[in-house]
Amino acid sequence: MSDFTGTGRLVRLAIRRDRIQLPLWIAGTALFVPIVVASVRDRFPTEADRIEILRSAVGSPALLLFRTAPTGASEAAMIMFSFLTYAAVLAGFMSTLAVVRHTRQNEETGRSEMVGATIVGRHAGLTAALIVVAGANILLGALITLALIGYGQPAGGSVGAGAGIAAVGIVFAGFAAIAAQVTQTSRAANGIAAAAVGAAYVVRGLGDVLGEVRPDGYTMVSAWPTWLSPIGWVTEMRQYEGDRWWVLTLPLVTFAASVALAFALTARRDVGMGMIPTRPGPAKATPGLLSPLGLAWRLQRGTLLGWGIAMAAYGATVGSLSETVGDALEDNQGTADTITKLAGGSSADLMDAFFAAMMAIYGAMAAAYVVQALMRPRAEEAGGPAEAVLATGTGRLTWLASHLAVAVGGAALLLVVGGAATGLVAVLSGSGQGGGQVADLTGASLVQLPAALILAGVAVAAFGLLPRFAIGLAWSAFAISLIVGQLGELLGLPQAVRDISPFTHVPAVPAASATAGPLIALTVVAVAFGAAGLALFRRRDLAL
Amino acid sequence: MTSAISVSGLVKTFGQTRALDGLDLSVDTGEVHGFLGPNGSGKSTTIRVLLGLLRADSGDVSLLGGHPWRDAVALHRRLAYVPGDVNLWPNLTGGEAIDLFGALRGGLDKRRRAELIERFQLDPSKKARTYSKGNRQKVAVVAAFASDVELYILDEPTSGLDPLMEAVFQECVREVKHEGRTVLLSSHIFSEVEALCDRVSIIRQGKTVEAGTLAELRHLTRTAISVETTHPITGLEEQAGVHDAQVDGSRAKFDVDSHELDHVLRYLTRFEVRTLTSAPPSLEELFMRHYGDELRENGVKTEAGVR
Repeated sequence: MSDFTGTGRLVRLAIRRDRIQLPLWIAGTALFVPIVVASVRDRFPTEADRIEILRSAVGSPALLLFRTAPTGASEAAMIMFSFLTYAAVLAGFMSTLAVVRHTRQNEETGRSEMVGATIVGRHAGLTAALIVVAGANILLGALITLALIGYGQPAGGSVGAGAGIAAVGIVFAGFAAIAAQVTQTSRAANGIAAAAVGAAYVVRGLGDVLGEVRPDGYTMVSAWPTWLSPIGWVTEMRQYEGDRWWVLTLPLVTFAASVALAFALTARRDVGMGMIPTRPGPAKATPGLLSPLGLAWRLQRGTLLGWGIAMAAYGATVGSLSETVGDALEDNQGTADTITKLAGGSSADLMDAFFAAMMAIYGAMAAAYVVQALMRPRAEEAGGPAEAVLATGTGRLTWLASHLAVAVGGAALLLVVGGAATGLVAVLSGSGQGGGQVADLTGASLVQLPAALILAGVAVAAFGLLPRFAIGLAWSAFAISLIVGQLGELLGLPQAVRDISPFTHVPAVPAASATAGPLIALTVVAVAFGAAGLALFRRRDLAL
Repeated sequence: MTSAISVSGLVKTFGQTRALDGLDLSVDTGEVHGFLGPNGSGKSTTIRVLLGLLRADSGDVSLLGGHPWRDAVALHRRLAYVPGDVNLWPNLTGGEAIDLFGALRGGLDKRRRAELIERFQLDPSKKARTYSKGNRQKVAVVAAFASDVELYILDEPTSGLDPLMEAVFQECVREVKHEGRTVLLSSHIFSEVEALCDRVSIIRQGKTVEAGTLAELRHLTRTAISVETTHPITGLEEQAGVHDAQVDGSRAKFDVDSHELDHVLRYLTRFEVRTLTSAPPSLEELFMRHYGDELRENGVKTEAGVR
């Protein structure tokens, strides 16, 4: 019996378990192609249109940060500019979640102990997970390639786009394999792997922002940080504009090295254990823990800390960019239009428009945190300790409201951290307008809170009404709100569709003034959803 | 005697499945009541209805004089629950979990907590993720017995405990019974139920099939007799209540219905009894008799089923 005996069976088991989840990820990501192609053809039909928008894009740090450095003005290159990095991030998340699901989560639940007692080699579990995830990425890449060719784009670049996106997913599968060896819980492994994807996205963005504009005035050469990021490698392949195939060796070598490391770690540890040992803790509880709110805080604080660090780092990055933005705006009038469009098209001061666009991102981050935090009660209920807790003197409303309080308070705190970090770094780097800016930007960030509250309300309502589907419902609500609200303008969606997203209704502070009307309306809707969720939860059976 | 738990005609359905189908259960204040039934017979569902975690479809349920759904929180302050599947927070220590459950229940006797941790040999400073099933159960059992409550609802609390810890658990149940508290003990361990329970209810497919004291239930079943006499035994097979008799001259082995025991013993004395052993029916046999037909259907041959 070798270390890999049984891999084939485990592959089939993993495919069976993921028969719905992975196809949804693959189809959802590939669906970007028709949407983006239609949007590009509709909005930038001629090369002149595309050159015009790209000329302003190269001067817009926000666009460069979120998308990529433009490589050309052909229709195909414009499509790459519009979706390559987003698709790479989605492939990354699909891969990390799937690898952790089939490795560390199996160990955590004890499933791999049962499987390991059968005729299965030591490395079979991890190998099977990597085979399934690599296969999913190759399928995703092939779909994207075929779709692009189907829309009449050159074959070479289309293969490059599909191969590049598949390669990013595979690299992150390798990272997740390491994370799954190092930590003891799937939650922590998912956290580390997701942080790697986020860091890769931001590092690539920095390289693109710091890049150099070529003499033609609308294409760029990215700076060195882009080369540190797996997501940067896809964009550096320059699909349709030179097709640098050799760049593909970077993800493949990285993947091989990660897998070798993961196997070495597997061989060194016991099943169920991580590399980081569990230390003993206090034998008695501190008084702060001994209440429903104390418990909710204890369970949620790690998540909040992680988001807080991400928010502070992101805010500081945005703050430090503000000087570059100021310079770019003086040079380039075209950029002004793009940024005002992103910010809701209602501003005179372009710097404020830039900050308003960033505040929308903070709002999305706060909303994502809220949804994640409010799925904790569901995890506690499904095979968790909620049964025993709700058999004590703790009422259902108190229990759920405690989690809700931590989630809402946490979201407010995250927005304060993001706004304050932005203002502080902007002031310290000399580009700001004095100390008052810290308070102004903190306030502008907090304006996003009611949109996050809506998602909190929806999450609680989903939990109260359909607990078994709550996680999927809440995240779908978040994804739809984000796509429709934040990218609706760029995707050219009609206003009626965009109005379903809470993000559409948040005033673009500081570019626009904070009007109370929409904020009060959002809050009222959020409270109504939340109250309905609480009432429904009190009336239903526990879904254990 | 007042009633701590009174359930009649309880029905609970999950979609097409009728988990509880007119279940009755009556537990008197101050008694230890055994709650027996095979896996999937509805024990945990009944307990979850009693705790207000599930809502009954129909039937009357009263717990400590209140309504388990409407008065849930007030009632929960007066009871302690050990679930069949103890799930704890992986990143909290056992000691923290014990304190937390105690506090949420409305207070914990600190001296009792320390004493129970000692008796159950639990390391309270370990993170729950490193505990075995038995250790997680100890956490829940310690948290329950350290609480000052009127009613303990224990759902298979000892399924992961070793025999030494099982003995400690039985002591704890006797102590709380001595203090006049009520215990509902769902269990698969017959010796445990026989040792602890005043009365038992046996359920099957969501219905109560037998309820009463052990003595009452024994009356419904058969005693195994082995006898040796001076004179050869004749005509034993024809006596009322005698089953499966194997007579070999002056020795005989047979089962007898408990209510015919006196009459059969009188009959035996005419052959001059020299030795006689009798084995009273165990709860296990009683249980097997109720589920024997089910087991036979599945091709399992049981002693009780044959009798």
